[in-house]
Amino acid sequence: MREITYRQALNEALAEEIERDPSVFLMGEEVAEYNGAYKVSQGLLDRFGPERIIDTPISENGFAGLGIGAAMAGLRPIIEFMTFSFSLVAFDQLVNNAPNMLMMSGGQFHIPITFRGPNGPAHQLGATHSHATECLYANVPGLKVCTPATPRDAKGLLKTAVRDNNPVLVLECELFYSHKGQIEDEGEELLIPLGEAETKRNGSDVTILCYAQTVPMALKAAEELARDKINAEVIDLRSIKPLDWQAVFESVTKTHHVVIAEQDRPFCGVGAEISYRIQKEIFDELDAPILRVSQEDVPMPYNETLEKAVLPSAEKIVAAVKQLG
Amino acid sequence: MVSPEQRDEVEMLAMMLLIRRFEERASQQYQAQKIGGFCHLYIGQEAVVTGAVAATRPDDYIITAYRDHAHALARGTSADSCMAELFGKATGCSRGLGGSMHYFDKAHHMYGGHAIVGAHVPLGAGLAFASKYRKEDRVTLCFFGDGAINQGAFHEALNLAGLFKLPVIFICENNYFAMGTSVKRSTSLEQIADRAEGYDMPSEIIDGMSFREVRDKLSELIASIRKDPHPAFVEVRTYRYRGHSMSDPASYRTKEELEKYRLEDPIIRLRAQLTREGKLTNEQFDALDKKAKETVLASVKFAENSPEPPMENLYAYTYVDDGIDPQVVDPGVSPAKPRATRPASRASTAGKSREIGSQSKNGDVADTAAATPESA
Repeated sequence: MREITYRQALNEALAEEIERDPSVFLMGEEVAEYNGAYKVSQGLLDRFGPERIIDTPISENGFAGLGIGAAMAGLRPIIEFMTFSFSLVAFDQLVNNAPNMLMMSGGQFHIPITFRGPNGPAHQLGATHSHATECLYANVPGLKVCTPATPRDAKGLLKTAVRDNNPVLVLECELFYSHKGQIEDEGEELLIPLGEAETKRNGSDVTILCYAQTVPMALKAAEELARDKINAEVIDLRSIKPLDWQAVFESVTKTHHVVIAEQDRPFCGVGAEISYRIQKEIFDELDAPILRVSQEDVPMPYNETLEKAVLPSAEKIVAAVKQLG
Repeated sequence: MVSPEQRDEVEMLAMMLLIRRFEERASQQYQAQKIGGFCHLYIGQEAVVTGAVAATRPDDYIITAYRDHAHALARGTSADSCMAELFGKATGCSRGLGGSMHYFDKAHHMYGGHAIVGAHVPLGAGLAFASKYRKEDRVTLCFFGDGAINQGAFHEALNLAGLFKLPVIFICENNYFAMGTSVKRSTSLEQIADRAEGYDMPSEIIDGMSFREVRDKLSELIASIRKDPHPAFVEVRTYRYRGHSMSDPASYRTKEELEKYRLEDPIIRLRAQLTREGKLTNEQFDALDKKAKETVLASVKFAENSPEPPMENLYAYTYVDDGIDPQVVDPGVSPAKPRATRPASRASTAGKSREIGSQSKNGDVADTAAATPESA
């Protein structure tokens, strides 16, 4: 094992998949000559050349659609959005074209494409640049959505996404690009399947379900709860669709209490679906209502204090757990 | 200049007849409520796609919008599978899952049938990108209507194609109306073809009622693109005799206007040319037309007698899994048995998580079992 950053992990995943399969290419704004807006594609242009690392104009709808067309013809594009807030300009391509093609064509065309980039609120970027899009995209049949929170997951999930024959969205955490973490040695193949949650901390009193930005918050909350003799189990979902229902149900069957810590908004958010499924499938296991910690249901304010008030936090997770009684 | 790739003109006239008779029969079957959803007919525009296909190689990519029946037929998709698609049958060119607006035929390199106006134009650029990436000399023909040219996706795709020098011909089938809105009321330019100037690509205005003009001008462009990849834009002026869709009486235009275009009818025109040149007799033409009518009539019977898409395949076309033919029944989606009784205590639910894990990975089976292919 060794320690690398989330950014390096993504860079390794890209390099390994582009190296492995000649039909894989990377396309997006500033991915080539600028080496990536967040330097995720650092060095790839030099290594693979302009035919495979391709800068685009600011045309998300255009280049997302171009990627889908190329995938119809058998290539495996990786399309970078500078942020998933900008993917909304290409929403029609992501919602209407990529996931519908298999059904509309009666199985003749599948779309092996990866859309990746930072997702979710960062820091004081205001309402237009702070969207957490996972609930929007997870709602669409035909799309897969994963949310790596660690360097290891970032590399393993991105590599799996590129090899998947369906459209997969890899929603990265902008604030985590410099985070360091343990990962397998170079040259060791790392593939993490979509739809496998990871138990980050074993516990017996409450299940905290989290993903992406809320993973460190949940772990911090669990430490604090431990001081009050509350033993929390923390599960990183890692992928929103498919979702590891078995891991969720098994943990809840053990703890009988659930708090869902999500980075999106409350109304029709990821936690809404999870809550529904838990009460439907294992209602009798619950000793208390399921609580959700999410963003407040408002457009993101710029002001730092107000932004903090909108976002989920370790403190809010602790408070929710204590509210369970 | 006549391309060596051009196909026999009598054969192409027969194709135009097949398209016309197919559309007439589709109209009749729609009125008889055998066909659901929306249905947009190509009558009047036959020379455009037929001429274009005559200029292509079979492995060139074709992609179009929702007025797509003719594009599949011209490419070689059988009338049987085209009609069956309208009927929503499993034997349709999209297995009855796409419908009138979403015809696909991969074997004939017909890449759809796309129903969001303008949204497929970037896909067309993507097909061309793939050819160039693989250093193939295929050309992509990307068809769309005059309504698409004011969509953002159209402009973004043209810019990308110009920037990347992609081997694609953007073919605007200008039938003068985007649904009920005339080009004059929708477009800031006098000539649609002038849009190409902004993207530094050659353009042509083509008489879309003339099979030969469409074929010959596209042949020239295709030859040039095969030599050295670049995009091109053509505005093909044509006319649809019917309304935008089956529900449109087309009251926004005059009978006189329609009659004017009928005199230019592409089938009559090619027939007259071939007759004049001694390549076609009246008897031969009548035989071609009779055959087209018979083929289409047989396609209705074929569609009627075809099976519905199997209910057990409902989930087979949402995700394709490695190595699994999506047309095979997904064994993971058989509806879960409802729980007979509520578990009395936690102890009795020990095995439950396994039971839950074996349920559909795709969603909530109980809530979706009511969906039928007919209602979808």
